[in-house]
Amino acid sequence: MKRVVITGAGTINALGHSVADTMTALAEGRCGIGPLAVRDVERLSIQIGGQVRGFEADRRYNRQQMSLYDRFTQLTLAAAAEAIAQSGITFNGELASKSGVVLGTAGGGVSTWDDNYRSVYENGKNRVHPFVVPKLMNNAAASHVSIEYNLKGPSFTVSTACASSNHAMAQAFQMVRTGMAPAMVTGGSESMICFGGVKAWEGLRVMSKDACRPFSANRNGMVQGEGAGIFVFEEYEHACARGADILCEVVGFAMSSDATDIVMPSKNGAARAIAGALNDARINPEDVGYINAHGTGTAANDKTECAAIADVFGPHADKLMISSTKSMHGHLIGGTGAVELLACIMALRDGVIAPTIGYEEADPECALDVVPNEARNAAVDVVLSNAFAFGGMNAVLALRKV
Amino acid sequence: MNVTDKIIEIIAEQAVLETSDVTKESTLEDLGIDSLGLVESIFAIEEEFNITVPFNANKPTNNDFDISSISKIIEGVERLLKEQLG
Repeated sequence: MKRVVITGAGTINALGHSVADTMTALAEGRCGIGPLAVRDVERLSIQIGGQVRGFEADRRYNRQQMSLYDRFTQLTLAAAAEAIAQSGITFNGELASKSGVVLGTAGGGVSTWDDNYRSVYENGKNRVHPFVVPKLMNNAAASHVSIEYNLKGPSFTVSTACASSNHAMAQAFQMVRTGMAPAMVTGGSESMICFGGVKAWEGLRVMSKDACRPFSANRNGMVQGEGAGIFVFEEYEHACARGADILCEVVGFAMSSDATDIVMPSKNGAARAIAGALNDARINPEDVGYINAHGTGTAANDKTECAAIADVFGPHADKLMISSTKSMHGHLIGGTGAVELLACIMALRDGVIAPTIGYEEADPECALDVVPNEARNAAVDVVLSNAFAFGGMNAVLALRKV
Repeated sequence: MNVTDKIIEIIAEQAVLETSDVTKESTLEDLGIDSLGLVESIFAIEEEFNITVPFNANKPTNNDFDISSISKIIEGVERLLKEQLG
């Protein structure tokens, strides 16, 4: 088994257009959620979200690229450029033929579906642009990353709703760990903040109209976000040999399936994923200092997640820190685990634990140290990142300081 | 603007060239327009003239619509305009 390290990170999300800006915002406990700027917003009952602002796609990409890139692809390519530049890796020769890209997204090109449905249904048009299909397909972002960076190895897209990115990164990790690939580009993205995308979420009645307050007794739902998080996962010796800056090590993962309900989470399924990740990484529960929680701000998730953590960690659950950064960047659905991995890297590398903001009232059913409202300086050696999706599909990653 | 000028403008945009670089004798290949660019050009022509162009990308040279040169495309569009808009 090979050791796997992260040598590059890139992002764009409601908190910033780079890793540095995002980490600064996370450390300051800044909220990126605000009023939505989307067409027909007045017909939405949910009018807030974590939108990416100030991203000038048409300046960044040429006309031909714009005709092929849905917003989720645009955001992915922006984050990938940062990650690959930081890593300093160049894919050519055998490295290129063995390395690939595995990304997560739940919805893919949602706004392309939305715009073109509007055009043919609402506006009565009988013709759509020729690139609608290659623009909206869920693997479009991964494909464009492969084209841009010459990644010719195993490449595909994983779609497991809110766990998509964690499942994708777990796959990439496994490929590098087993020696199948020397390096993998991985992470995920989502851009569902358009009229149809928000309207669909409204239907479930789980969205908050004012704020995402995970673990706080007065929480009233989740808030959508958008963006991308992209990483370079690389075999340790390969990274050392080229003198790469190592951000942290990925040491284990586990996936589990609740096999119970299409939307209600299960404590057992979550606990099995968390315990499985510890087991896979061969780490003791007492070694874990921080968990980046799934923490959606819904009653169902937060209670179940805290109970699962209490089950797995026993008395140590009261000593470790958990936080949900969704309170700041919103829920990026299929891209969320990728952006949240940045909070894990910040904890390991900088010793700064991102807070759960919007925390106003203790909930006896979420009685853990949720790092309320303000970041904390604390040295941690091992962290976990949780993702528990609709459909009962769970993926937990374990990372260690290098 | 007449049909010829409009088509040259569409093709030039697709080829990322000045309209002066596109002549009636040019072929799509000369202008560097690939299969995706061709499909996009056909779409732009349909949108501009509000016509339906009989074109199947699986057999681009074996259609009722001749794309072997810009002048053939112009002839084809003029014919379709007569047929479809009468």
